Amino acid sequence: MNRQITQVAGLAMGLLIALIVATTYWQTWARPALAERQDNAIQRVAQFKIKRGLILSPSRVLARNREKQVGGQTFYFRRYPQGKLAAHVVGYSTAARARTGLERSLNPILTGSARSLTSLVDQALDKLNGKPIVGDTVVTTLDLNGQRTALGALGSACGAVVALDPRSGKVLVMASSPSYNPNDVERNYGKIERIKADCTPASPLLNRASQGLYPPGSTFKVITASAALQSGKFTPTSTFVDPGYCTVYGKRVNNFDTGRPFGSLSLATALQYSVNSVFCNIGLDLGARRILKQAKAFGFYERPPLETPESERLPSGLYKGGRLYDPRRDRDVDPGRMAFGQERLLVTPLQMAMVAGTIGNDGILMRPFVVSKTVTPNGKTRSRTRPTKIRRAVSPATARDIAAMMVRAVQAGTGTAAQIPGLEIGGKTGTAETGVAGNNTTWFIAFAGEPGQKPKLAIAVVLQNQSLTGGATAAPIARQVMQALLTPTANP
Amino acid sequence: MSTRNRELLNLGFAAIVASAAFASVSIVDTGLVTARWLGYVGVIFGLYLIAHLVARFTVPYADPTLLPLVGLLTALGLTVIYRLGPDDARRQAVWIALGIGLFAATLFWLRFDYRVLERFKYIFGVSAVVLLLLPSLPKIGHRVNGVNLWIKVGPLQFQPGELAKIFLIIFLAGYLRDKRESLARGRLKDLGPLLVIWGAAMLVLVQTSDLGSALLNFGIFLAMVYAATGRLVYVGVGLTLFLAGSAALYSTLGRVQQRVTVWLHPWTDQKVYCSINGKLDFRQNCDSYQLVKSLYSIANGGYGGTGLGKGTFKTVDGTQLIPYLNTDFIYSAVAQELGLIGAAAVLLLFMVFVARGMRIALIAQDGFSKLLATGLTFGLALQTFIIVGGVLRVVPLTGITLPFVSYGGSSILSNFLMLALLMLISNRAAATAVNR
Repeated sequence: MNRQITQVAGLAMGLLIALIVATTYWQTWARPALAERQDNAIQRVAQFKIKRGLILSPSRVLARNREKQVGGQTFYFRRYPQGKLAAHVVGYSTAARARTGLERSLNPILTGSARSLTSLVDQALDKLNGKPIVGDTVVTTLDLNGQRTALGALGSACGAVVALDPRSGKVLVMASSPSYNPNDVERNYGKIERIKADCTPASPLLNRASQGLYPPGSTFKVITASAALQSGKFTPTSTFVDPGYCTVYGKRVNNFDTGRPFGSLSLATALQYSVNSVFCNIGLDLGARRILKQAKAFGFYERPPLETPESERLPSGLYKGGRLYDPRRDRDVDPGRMAFGQERLLVTPLQMAMVAGTIGNDGILMRPFVVSKTVTPNGKTRSRTRPTKIRRAVSPATARDIAAMMVRAVQAGTGTAAQIPGLEIGGKTGTAETGVAGNNTTWFIAFAGEPGQKPKLAIAVVLQNQSLTGGATAAPIARQVMQALLTPTANP
Repeated sequence: MSTRNRELLNLGFAAIVASAAFASVSIVDTGLVTARWLGYVGVIFGLYLIAHLVARFTVPYADPTLLPLVGLLTALGLTVIYRLGPDDARRQAVWIALGIGLFAATLFWLRFDYRVLERFKYIFGVSAVVLLLLPSLPKIGHRVNGVNLWIKVGPLQFQPGELAKIFLIIFLAGYLRDKRESLARGRLKDLGPLLVIWGAAMLVLVQTSDLGSALLNFGIFLAMVYAATGRLVYVGVGLTLFLAGSAALYSTLGRVQQRVTVWLHPWTDQKVYCSINGKLDFRQNCDSYQLVKSLYSIANGGYGGTGLGKGTFKTVDGTQLIPYLNTDFIYSAVAQELGLIGAAAVLLLFMVFVARGMRIALIAQDGFSKLLATGLTFGLALQTFIIVGGVLRVVPLTGITLPFVSYGGSSILSNFLMLALLMLISNRAAATAVNR
């Protein structure tokens, strides 16, 4: 019988060895894939044992931790003391839902998992001593006074404001309306779902500043004008005759204000008063691809670089069937309509602020950033963001010429509502009509600074569902935000 | 060194390992380095010292590794149970004490010759079937988690299947020793009793809808038949019959069906019918919730584990992530906190136990002893395989306990009974060898 017993013993051993093999499989090979799974609650819980780094504005705490003891373990839950003020940039980190905003994209920094080897050793020692892992603090560039002004000025409208320092790319304001209170995400999500605004759906979680795509309207003329000057075919004094309309493919395209043809006028005057027919003819002359090439130099067709999650930043450009579309031949798109901002062009406010900033910064596009530095738990600066040039988008001469035209538009053109005494402001309005009354998308993009100096500020304001023009709706909001950011008394 | 002194030494080693585990959990639990855990270790070590003294008196030549192995496994189980819920650990400690009492009583009772059991083989056989069917009787049967495995008399709950398994092995050892000659010759009429046992297994399966215990008992049966006869054809026929029977019953046993679906496709990309609430949901959030959460727990352990007391078994609001964690799923708790190294070590302990058990079967002199030791040892291995394999998604998941480690009175008691029997067989085999 012993032979059989040996065989049964072999089988029994084989069964147990199979278990060791299976355990090895799950704990080594399958481990990373399982850790990635959305329904893996253990991973989510583990994140809450980490004391996340703070998120700060230069003057205030935007995200901090609240300790809570559950079943003998310490968990760190997030609180957002500024509520809806910086909700879209900061985002949220909760147990019930995934993370968004900087909480998501900077998770490795905030949880301390992106560290060097020496600090990882310290971290392992802390773990042995039972101390929680403490993440790095993130300092943002957001100006809370500007955020507050922007959200207040937007009111119940759906829209966004982006303001940045064009000399460095530092983002000062990134406000999206309607906003939400990130403290409600964990326990009171219904409250967020019930938020109402002047558009349906109100989509409060959407960061319209970088995730919202809107037709640029006449703000795109800044790009067409840049392409025109860069081409060498046109100068600011090139003269055009405006019949009040322009003919593309045999069809008449009217000016915004059809009742008043300008007759003979210069390119500079055309931008000042936003005359469609002039830009239409420039577009026909230059062709679509030349204009798009100029747009790409300003950053179109790529996700604007920023520290927020990639999925929360969309590229600007021509869209076809919900997808970015880059025509291979000139005749694939209508260059005349495109030249003044129609023809399926969709842009984000962040991109348009970059365009205004580039003009203000002598034609150099700076890389936008919203995180100025990260700081270790014991107060040392771990990394600091240095202003980076992306590229020269237009020549200094072109930039100066366009800037002068935009200044004229604010002094005595479509953008007079943005004037602030003592400051030199150059702007461009935009009104994209959808054909339905009260359904316009309105814009104002601008740069501002002290007269004779380089502009300190670039801004883009977009509003959905408006019945008036950009000059009447968006320009006053831009003025309020610029005032808050540039007037020292309003900026304690 | 005498056999029993080696046992004492091994127990000492086991106590050191167990102390480290206790201390670790205690320190994580209280956040303080105190000596409080020494009390617990003292109590458990004291119990095993009593068991050792009883063995010294009754079975002096018995294998010196079995008792320390069991001591280590129960202590480890107790540590993990304590870590998951101190109240259960106190109860488990009482069960271990009772188990050692049963162990001692069995050794005393059968110290001269355990082979008297063979005389009562039919009583054991019938008792086994009755015990297996008890939970499906009205009034005393108690349904837990869709499976009839429990009986409830007043405040007492008992899982008779665990005891039935041992009775069945005693019966089979006696019966097969009788009939092995004629079975080995392959006479057709001797197949009758085998068919009866197959029928009983099917009946139990239908009554309790518990695939795990049916598989366990039938597997032990086949292994013992093979050990007795050396004929693979019985195993083949038996397996075919079992699979055919299960397949035929598959469509009527919703529970079994669901377990197999969960085993094959625990994750779905689309929402499917959820049998728990009747709505549509991803299977990982519904029917396969337990299995999937347990796999996450195991995976979280990695090579070295999170450390005893530091695993994650609750959500941030304190709700338990894996139901039945300290019984059916205790392995996924062990695997998370001790990692691959620790989990493999636990499985190696089982392998050493199986090796020693099979060695006892090899050196035993008579057929009854050989078959009994083979059956008991293989039963332990197969039970470990079914539950841990279920947790690891090697086989469909069925709720049975991990011997000596899981929380549960019936399981602890019957496993100590098994330990006593193995030591009795071992003692006799070794004593015969010494006297010769």
